[in-house]
Amino acid sequence: MTTSIDVVGGSTDSPYALTHLDALESEAVHIFREVAGEFERPVILFSGGKDSIVMLHLALKAFAPAAVPFSLLHVDTGHNFPEVIEYRDSTVSQHNLRLHVASVQEYIDAGTLRERPDGTRNPLQTVPLTEAIQQHRFDAVFGGGRRDEEKARAKERVFSLRDEFSQWDPRRQRPELWQLYNGRHAPGEHVRVFPLSNWTELDVWQYIQREKIELPQIYFAHEREVFARDGMWLTAGDWGGPKDDESVETRLIRYRTVGDMSCTGAVDSDATTLDAVIAEIAASRLTERGATRADDKLSEAAMEDRKREGYF
Amino acid sequence: MTSTADPAGQLAEQLSATTLLRFATAGSVDDGKSTLVGRLLHDSKSVLADQLEAVEHASRSRGQEAPDLALLTDGLRAEREQGITIDVAYRYFATPRRRFILADTPGHVQYTRNMVTGASTAELTVILVDARNGVVEQTRRHAAIAALLRVPHVVLAVNKMDLVGYEESSFASIAEEFTAYASELGVPEITAIPISALAGDNVVDASANMDWYGGPTVLEHLETVPVSHDLTGCHARFPVQYVIRPQTAEHPDYRGYAGQIAAGTFRVGESVTVLPSGRTSKIAGIDLLGSPVDVAWTPQSVTLLLRDDIDISRGDIVVPSGDAPATTQDVDATVCHVADTPLTVGQRVLLKHTTRTVKAIVKDIPSRLTLDDLSQHPAPGRLEANDIGRVRVRTAEPLALDAYADSRRTGSFLLIDPADGTTLAAGMAGEAFAAAETGPAQDDEGWDF
Repeated sequence: MTTSIDVVGGSTDSPYALTHLDALESEAVHIFREVAGEFERPVILFSGGKDSIVMLHLALKAFAPAAVPFSLLHVDTGHNFPEVIEYRDSTVSQHNLRLHVASVQEYIDAGTLRERPDGTRNPLQTVPLTEAIQQHRFDAVFGGGRRDEEKARAKERVFSLRDEFSQWDPRRQRPELWQLYNGRHAPGEHVRVFPLSNWTELDVWQYIQREKIELPQIYFAHEREVFARDGMWLTAGDWGGPKDDESVETRLIRYRTVGDMSCTGAVDSDATTLDAVIAEIAASRLTERGATRADDKLSEAAMEDRKREGYF
Repeated sequence: MTSTADPAGQLAEQLSATTLLRFATAGSVDDGKSTLVGRLLHDSKSVLADQLEAVEHASRSRGQEAPDLALLTDGLRAEREQGITIDVAYRYFATPRRRFILADTPGHVQYTRNMVTGASTAELTVILVDARNGVVEQTRRHAAIAALLRVPHVVLAVNKMDLVGYEESSFASIAEEFTAYASELGVPEITAIPISALAGDNVVDASANMDWYGGPTVLEHLETVPVSHDLTGCHARFPVQYVIRPQTAEHPDYRGYAGQIAAGTFRVGESVTVLPSGRTSKIAGIDLLGSPVDVAWTPQSVTLLLRDDIDISRGDIVVPSGDAPATTQDVDATVCHVADTPLTVGQRVLLKHTTRTVKAIVKDIPSRLTLDDLSQHPAPGRLEANDIGRVRVRTAEPLALDAYADSRRTGSFLLIDPADGTTLAAGMAGEAFAAAETGPAQDDEGWDF
C-alpha cells in the first residue's frame, strides 16, 4: 500500500461519526425494537455461547429500564458443557427471564430421534427447535448467526421468513431494502431474526470487552482433558469420546465457539484475558468455524443443507 | 497467501480501524466483478487460510490451475454448480483505516432488484467497466440506479487495463464519457480508477504499469472517502418504534419513546411536534441505551422522554416543531418493482414507511422508465419484476413523508402484498433523478431487464 493517503481528502473524524461498534450496536437495537413492535410472540435463542450472550446484552440495553419483552429458548443437545448450562441458568435468574428448553435427549429417549453413528448431536437440534417454535407459537425467533461465519450465512437476510416447516429457501428470499424490515407472515410461519448479521467475530469480542460482559470460563485458556479427532481437540466425557483408538491428554486450551461437546473443537491457547483472546483472534489465520466446528466439515454445503431444514 | 510477519503489528492495525463504510459493487459477470471482490478480500489479507484452502481444493476439483477467487463469494450449492451468483451476499473486511460491509450484488440474474437492494444501504457504489468495451448499456443502467438510489459516491473501475496495453487514452475517454453521463443524472461524486483485477493493478496496491495515473487505488479510495456526517442541514426525524413503560416500583412513571434517529440531531429542551397528530411538546430527556445524554444524532438508537404526557405510539414521527414535513395521503414516487407478480393500477397494497404500515391503493402508474436512455414509457398500466416506474399511491392514513432526495431514510418505503406479505416494490418519494432531463416518451422496444 502506498503512503500518500490524503488523496480524496476529508477527515472521517466528524463529531457526528459513530465508531463501528456504536453503529453496529445501534443497528442491532433497532432490529430488536422492530421485532418488539411488530410481533406477538418473539423468543431469543440462547445457548450460553458468546453470540447469544451479546444478543441478550443488546436486548437488555434496547428496552432499559424496562424488562426484555422476550423469553429465551435453549435447544439442549444433552452434550452441552456444564459450565455453559450453569452460566445459562444464572443469567436467566439474574435478569428474571423465562427460559424454554427443548431437549434432544428427550427426543432420543422417546425414539423420535436416533443417535448418529458419528455421535454428533448438532444436526439433531433441528427437530426439537422447529417443534418448540410450533408448540409455543413463536412468530419471531432471534438467532445469533453472523454473515461472516460461513458462506451460506453470508446470503442470509436480517429478517428471514420460514414456512411452517421452518425451511429456508435461499432462492426465494425477500429483498431487504434500506432499514425497512418486512416481518409479514401467515399463521404457522415465523421469521428468524439476526441482529448480529453485520458483526464479525472480532466485533463481538471487542464489544464484549467494551461492555465488560461476563462469559462462561471455557472461552478462556484452561487445562482440560481432550483427545484428537479430525484435527481438532474434543473434550473427553460421558457423551461418547474418546473411542478406543483415541487417547486422552491434558492440554492448555480454550474454546473459540461453544456448541455441542461432540462437534466443538478447542484450540491450543494461553489466552486467559479478553485482551489476550482478542490478540489471538486478530492474529489467527483460521476462521472461527473452520478451526472449531466438525459439523461444517461434513460437506461443502453442510451449513446450507442444515439451514434449509430449519437449523440456524 | 501473504504471510503475516508481525502479528502484533497486524493486531494494532486491525483494532485501530473504527469507522464503517457500507458499499456495493455493480458489474456484469464478464466485467470481472467477482475477481475484483476476490482481489480486494485477498490482497487486504481478509481471506483466511482455511477459506483459501477450500477455494484451492474446489478449483482443483474443477480442473482449474489457479485458485478461482470468485469461489470465495459463491456461497450456495446452486451458485457453485452453475457458476453464477444468485443473490446479494454481504462480505466483511477491515484495513487499518476502516471496516467495510460490502453488498456483493450479482451481475445478471434478476439484476435490477438486486442492485437496488445493495445500493439502498450503500454510501458508495463501485461500477465496473471492461476497458475494451467502454461505457455500454449495462454501465448506463448501473449509473442510473446509483443515481436513483442517491448513493453519495460512485467509483468507476475501468477493468482489464492489461488488455488495452495500460493505455491512458483508453481510460481517459471512458472516464470522460461516464462522468458526463453520471453527472447529468445528478451523481454527486465520481472517481474513475484504471485497474486490472486479475493482475492486481490499482486494486489494493498501486500499479507499476500505469505511472500516468496519480490517483488512489480502489482500496485507498474506500478507506478515505468522506462519509457524510454533516448533519447541520438535515431535517431531524425520529420515527417511534416502541413505547417503553416499565411500570415498576423503581420507574413507576417512566414513559419513553424508543427509536433510531433517522436524520439530523435532537437536543434536550427542544420543542417537538408529533406527526401525524400535530401535538407538540418538549424533549425532557434522551436516554442513549440506558445513559442520559443532552444531544443525540442519526443513526443512534435512543429513547426520547417528553415533557407532556401525550398520546404517541409506534408509527408516529417526532420532528422539531419548526421543521415538520407536510403530511399527505397521496404519494408520488419512483418505485423499483422487486416481486415476480406485476404491480397494477387499482391494486390494494400495504405501504411501510419508517415504522408505520398503512393500507394503500395504487391509483396510477404514469410512466415506466427505460434505464438505457432514461426515456419514459407513458401509462404502462403495470410494472413487471425489475421495472422502474413512477407511481401514485393513495394511503388510508396520512404519512409524514420526506422527499427521498432529502432523506434516504424517511423518503423511502416498501409496498407489500397484504395477502401473503411479499415485498412488492421499493419506493422513493419525490423526483427520481437529481438533475436529469427526461427525454420525450418513445417506444421502449429492446427493454430487456
